[in-house]
Amino acid sequence: MSAQLHLKSVNKKYNPGTAHEVHAVQDLDLEVGRGEIVALLGSSGCGKTSTLRMIAGFEEVSSGEVDIDGRRIDRLAPAKRGVAMAFEGYSLYPPLSIRENIAFALKSEKLPQADVNTRVEQIAALLEIDDILDKHPNAISGGQQQRVSLGRALIRRADLHVLDEPMGQLEPQLRAILRGRIKHYIKEHELTAILVTHDQTEANALADRIAVMEGGVLQQFDTPENLKNRPANIFTGAFIGEPPMNLFEAAAEVVSGNVELRLSPEVTLTYPSSTFSEELQNRIQQDHGVMIGIRPHSVQLTEEGLPAEVFANQWLGDQTHIAARFAGGSIVSVVHDLALPKAGDQIRIAISADDLHIFDTRSGEALSHGGQLA
Amino acid sequence: MDHTSFLERWFRRAALTVIIIFFMFPIFWIVLMSLQTNETILRSPPSMSFAPTLDNYTAILAGRLDSNVASMGIDFVNNLMNSIILSVCSVAVALALGVPAAYAFARHKFRGSEDIAFTLLSFRFAPPLLVLLPLTLYFQEIGLADTYLGLVWVYQLICLPLILWIVRGYFEDISPDIEYAYRIAGHSWFSTFRKIALPLAGPGIAAAGLLAFIFAWNNFIFALVLASADKQPVTVGALAFVTASGIQYGQIAAAIVLSIAPTLALALWAQRYLVEGLSLGAVKG
Repeated sequence: MSAQLHLKSVNKKYNPGTAHEVHAVQDLDLEVGRGEIVALLGSSGCGKTSTLRMIAGFEEVSSGEVDIDGRRIDRLAPAKRGVAMAFEGYSLYPPLSIRENIAFALKSEKLPQADVNTRVEQIAALLEIDDILDKHPNAISGGQQQRVSLGRALIRRADLHVLDEPMGQLEPQLRAILRGRIKHYIKEHELTAILVTHDQTEANALADRIAVMEGGVLQQFDTPENLKNRPANIFTGAFIGEPPMNLFEAAAEVVSGNVELRLSPEVTLTYPSSTFSEELQNRIQQDHGVMIGIRPHSVQLTEEGLPAEVFANQWLGDQTHIAARFAGGSIVSVVHDLALPKAGDQIRIAISADDLHIFDTRSGEALSHGGQLA
Repeated sequence: MDHTSFLERWFRRAALTVIIIFFMFPIFWIVLMSLQTNETILRSPPSMSFAPTLDNYTAILAGRLDSNVASMGIDFVNNLMNSIILSVCSVAVALALGVPAAYAFARHKFRGSEDIAFTLLSFRFAPPLLVLLPLTLYFQEIGLADTYLGLVWVYQLICLPLILWIVRGYFEDISPDIEYAYRIAGHSWFSTFRKIALPLAGPGIAAAGLLAFIFAWNNFIFALVLASADKQPVTVGALAFVTASGIQYGQIAAAIVLSIAPTLALALWAQRYLVEGLSLGAVKG
């Protein structure tokens, strides 16, 4: 897979050299393959939108290089970059009808009018906006405007499609339908897309790979599966997944054939040392301790195990989140039916070694996932 | 409106009536005066009953100033033409310079941009006379005194800051993303400015242009100092009605009616833009 978009140690500094300098994007390296869909995921201010705007050409690159299809583009005007973009703020042209707004994007392709019409109809049907094509932007809802903006970007045959929060304004049901359709459309037309979102579900559903950003730094760039099963550091571990990962500080020790992880004076997780490789055993026995993470879905409620006291039970319609006091902190467990424990009840918890994520407390880097070295 | 009571509606109408009378009465009275002779105007007590006459208008348009003593020539039609030339040219120049400048100030933050914009605004702070005296000397030296070019130039002190600051606000209200969307579709920034920014700021530009036109039209002091008789606009030309044998109220009134007619007509025609432009802000993106 050759790289369609290649960011090489890209930096973005706002107000450089002043007291208000903000280093929004730091040494970002990112490769997006041809035909790939990549999501930039992160909370507000993590640098994802700055990155997008640098690719599109609305922000200058402070240092570094951006290549699209092997061509260096970071000094080119937006018009010359071969990028199509859907804007978070929709940015439709108010004087034009929806049909014209979408067709407008095809102007530079100089197609015959009949072809333009067909393509507009196709994309409108895909996004379920065919009934509003002759209205004007100020006469339609925010969700509709967002779909028009998306259509205006997707209708083009650009080298790169850039989508900024493409579905933030849509109703949940429509969002779910459109996700599937848009992904299919992008794959079918072999487009390359990079999208920005703060919604994990959207990133998981649309993207082949996800770049998790925080504080202007790329934390991990991997498939949705690996982000979930093999988080590279504490940040991605805690950020990815709903409800968030349970994290405990622990002191690790190998005692008479067992690996003991002491979470608090009373609570110790004990595993046969055969479940941990020798190298890993050495690495986790650090003076400053380690951080262990367990996904709520992996916390098992058992007959025998470590005791915990339930303090909240939340039924979400298809699963139950049980929060309990455990090892001086709290632990959340997800149960897939209407679970009964009430606040104040004692439960017993078991955590399988396969479900343990161990991180270095100081650097935050992952040491192991399920007993395997990270 | 079901919840507005009868009393409330009644008060609203009364208030509107008072305001209309307050603002319209002088104009109404001037129109009445322009249709009377000096004798009927000056009678005491004033009366609404008179035989309307168009003598004042014919005299002005023929270029005669009739008093009970003598008749002398005035060039009111020429003054009116001067007003039109000066105002139209000044606004045209101010738009041509001010709109691109406003766009630049709105979209590009460069070193000193705020200072430059503020300096331009500060032209409106200085008392005109303070500027005019040295300017007269300079203009005489470089041959710009008493020329349309020189006057239009000086009128930029009135028009340019007005247009620049009003239009800048409109450009700032347009979401930059609309322009980005156009540029990323393969258009240069200049065509973006022409095809997207200008039309969207259109009502604002029209409103600013109209205001500038009215300010230019009403200007008195610049033309008084810098223009001789053949370049004078109506505001200065009206001084001629104060003659040795008295003030010709009827003809002044007729002259006023004729000189406010163009701006009034323009304002009425552009009323929609004015209200839209000055109250709404630009188009919501």
